[in-house]
Amino acid sequence: MKKTRIVLGLSLVAISAILIAADHKDAPAVTGNANDITDVYAFQGQDTNNMVFVVNTQGLLSPTATGAATFNENVMTEINIDNTGDNVEDLVIQAIKRGGKMYFFGPFAPSVTGVNSTINTQALAGNVDISVYGGNAVVGTATNGMKFFAGPRDDPFFFDLSRYNLIIAGSATTFNNPGTDTFAGTNVLATIIEVPKSLLGSSATINVWAETKQKQ
Amino acid sequence: MKTNKIKFLAVSVLTVILFASCSTSNNDPAVVLPAAIDFSGTFTLKDQMGRPAINTVFVASGAPKDAFNNTIPSQMGATYQPVFQAKLLNLNSAYTTNALGQTATQFTTLLATDVLGVKKTGITSFYDGTNLLTGRALGDDVIDTELLLIFGGSAGTSNPALTKDNVNANDNPFLTAFPYLATAW
Repeated sequence: MKKTRIVLGLSLVAISAILIAADHKDAPAVTGNANDITDVYAFQGQDTNNMVFVVNTQGLLSPTATGAATFNENVMTEINIDNTGDNVEDLVIQAIKRGGKMYFFGPFAPSVTGVNSTINTQALAGNVDISVYGGNAVVGTATNGMKFFAGPRDDPFFFDLSRYNLIIAGSATTFNNPGTDTFAGTNVLATIIEVPKSLLGSSATINVWAETKQKQ
Repeated sequence: MKTNKIKFLAVSVLTVILFASCSTSNNDPAVVLPAAIDFSGTFTLKDQMGRPAINTVFVASGAPKDAFNNTIPSQMGATYQPVFQAKLLNLNSAYTTNALGQTATQFTTLLATDVLGVKKTGITSFYDGTNLLTGRALGDDVIDTELLLIFGGSAGTSNPALTKDNVNANDNPFLTAFPYLATAW
């Protein structure tokens, strides 16, 4: 009986550790919905003239849950790019689902910065069919060199988050070796954009952050 | 006659292929959006992220995490630097400087504005042994970098049991070409 209780207690700790996740399901207002950003990546593309932006949402999807996970037509993903070092966006790239496609706008200079955004339909860059779980990756291309992907992918993030949470909670004092990747075998909904660096302003460095914004 | 038929067939097939490809890959930036699709409205900030795991590690659970997500980066520093510094010293009460030589104030001033610095020429990496904070590549062990800066002290050698989680790579190899992320499990 005691053993069962201890085991139950431990699994509750493990479950809450998973739910607290590393920016995966991190804040109550976005947990469990399409607004929840898990990770943001920005790196030089295979073609070194290009930059790649990855915004992952809806983390810790098991393979059985992945097929049912969908982008939401009321949630816009926005990549914000600051060229001047003031942490205010000078350029944005927007992505939003309509029907079975993801539409992409920009990079363009937004007329208003900050908390609220509108979609600039004049800045349409292209679209791509949203890839289906279990199917091939559909890649969209634009004549200006941009590439687009939207759909389920393996979560590229790796971290022994469960052990970290035990350490933070005072229940453990060291990491395990080897550690256990809490995100192994799980998927995310990925929005991936490759864009020529020449479209990202003339500064040598940029500050980048991704946002999800919900239609009012 | 036969040859003509075959030619005609081939041309029709080609025409169909051309039409099909035109209608399915409408990715030309010059293409005007179908008027029937509605992109109107105001979209309001719900979640945001720059560097990995910053909100998770430095902001308290519950409502404070939502509040952080609703603060635009240009306003984060003033509000969150003191919060982050208190959290840093709570995580590591012996913190003086990290391997970058940053005091607690300098380190948390950097982190409190949650944007990812990216270099537009050369290798982009959170930290790969040489390149530091020039972007974030898929394979970067960002957690070890952050643990080292939080717990590792000025030489990076303090608290060795806390500076690595010993998960050093993804469980699925990345692709060299677009879309780079591995196929879903």
